Amino acid sequence: MTAYQGQRSHISLRIWGDYACFTRPEAKVERLSYDVITPSAARGVLEALYWKPEVRWVVERIHVYREPRFTNLRRNEVASKASAANAKQAMNGTPAGTLALYADEDRQQRAATILTGVEYIIGARFEVLDDSEPVAKHYNMFKRRAERGQCFHRPYLGTREFACDFAWVEGPIPASPLTGERDLGWMLHDLVFTPLDKNQEKLADTLCAHTGRPLKAEPRFFRAQMHDGVIEVPPLQHATAESVG
Amino acid sequence: MIPRVDFVLLFDVKNGNPNGDPDAGNLPRVDPETGHGLVTDVCLKRKVRNFVGLVHGEDPPYEIYVKEKAVLNAQHTRAYKALNLEPDAKKRKSKGKDRAEEDKQLTTWMCTNFFDIRAFGAVMSTGVNCGQVRGPIQLTLARSIDPIIAQEHAVTRCAVTTEKEAEAQSGDNRTMGRKFTVPYGLYRVHGFINPHLAAKTGFGADDLDLFWKSLEQMFESDRSAARGEMAAQALICFEHADALGNAPASKLFDRVSVNRKAAENGTPPRSFADYELKIDEAGLPEGIKINRRF
Repeated sequence: MTAYQGQRSHISLRIWGDYACFTRPEAKVERLSYDVITPSAARGVLEALYWKPEVRWVVERIHVYREPRFTNLRRNEVASKASAANAKQAMNGTPAGTLALYADEDRQQRAATILTGVEYIIGARFEVLDDSEPVAKHYNMFKRRAERGQCFHRPYLGTREFACDFAWVEGPIPASPLTGERDLGWMLHDLVFTPLDKNQEKLADTLCAHTGRPLKAEPRFFRAQMHDGVIEVPPLQHATAESVG
Repeated sequence: MIPRVDFVLLFDVKNGNPNGDPDAGNLPRVDPETGHGLVTDVCLKRKVRNFVGLVHGEDPPYEIYVKEKAVLNAQHTRAYKALNLEPDAKKRKSKGKDRAEEDKQLTTWMCTNFFDIRAFGAVMSTGVNCGQVRGPIQLTLARSIDPIIAQEHAVTRCAVTTEKEAEAQSGDNRTMGRKFTVPYGLYRVHGFINPHLAAKTGFGADDLDLFWKSLEQMFESDRSAARGEMAAQALICFEHADALGNAPASKLFDRVSVNRKAAENGTPPRSFADYELKIDEAGLPEGIKINRRF
């Protein structure tokens, strides 16, 4: 692997939980989890503990401590999202029909194939986006929170109902009981957000929460190979865009 | 700002089905590997919504966004504009920053009106996928303390629905049905209240009190043939002085142990009195307060 750009500071965070669902994008209606946590979900866990606009988390490797095991959960879910147009009308005092959602009229039963009993260690570093930012400050704040069990919001394994516990890992990373080579196939690495010009607004997938600028969100994939329970995560800029395989 | 709280809720069921599994013909949900009973987070959130809708008659700011029509009387055409929010009359042609501002206003308005959006969040389709509200309350799956068994009961009814059925039965008019119950199950669920997300959705101290009340009383207003007797038995809250938390949640949850009394005599549990609830309050980390609400 090529040398990483920018400043590095490594952290290791152990995370574990009873259930997890790292949904495969190709199987998201009846959710099917990947075998292991995605770098994107791992980043979400780290950001739940500590994040500032000046830093960016980079997940470097994922240590897997338990054999992936699956179970099934079918739930009644509502099909729709809240309608902004209806909300706007109601807000202006002229509600057109119903604003609420009726769970029993707008119902879908969806099965989820989820992981049970997972445990990982996330190896990551953060990059500072502005060279004047002291890396040590961010590193220490993260470390302090991880050691004390503090978090900005409760981290979770894929979806919010699968909350996870976490602990700071000091010293060498324990070896995984999993051995040998395993090819986990193409996995989601993360989403890349690219700012668009004002005239390209129609192409936008989302808006930047800080600037309101339109952003294009593109998924990136990587070939996940697990060697003795460890998955090396390539840099995001080296991951493959949508058209894989 | 409300405090960060990690909580343990214990509730039980007697001769009822706390949460049917649509994948298993409505049998009570069971972890197939251990035999423990499960109740999903969304099942409990449904009850909280119903309870709040019931006690507040669904007036803003306690309207319920995801309603169950059969249970609740919809009063959705209430005067929304009674709220002193600036209406934004122009058509949705705003762009960039204005658009983001407008989306924010809509989200705020929805949070202000709807208790469940303030508490649990919602996905708002504001054209772009940033219209997502993450609520401060996070619940996990509830799991029974001991493995449960599901009993199947064959029941009969002495009337039929259609003429055709009556003819097929040549006037006997008896049909068989099935229902499933758990004789007894004590369930434990973990939850988290997040002050940072509460500040974002405007979920305040009154809302939190209402949420605690709903956990205590939601089963009382959810009686039905299927549920049997369900009751909330204990709610133990760990309150953190620091909004970021003063101790890992898992360590706090370990302080709450629920064990069978006299399990050695071999009889299966049939009531909450068969369990012993212990809360280890010794050497609490600084800044942690235990508040047993019931």
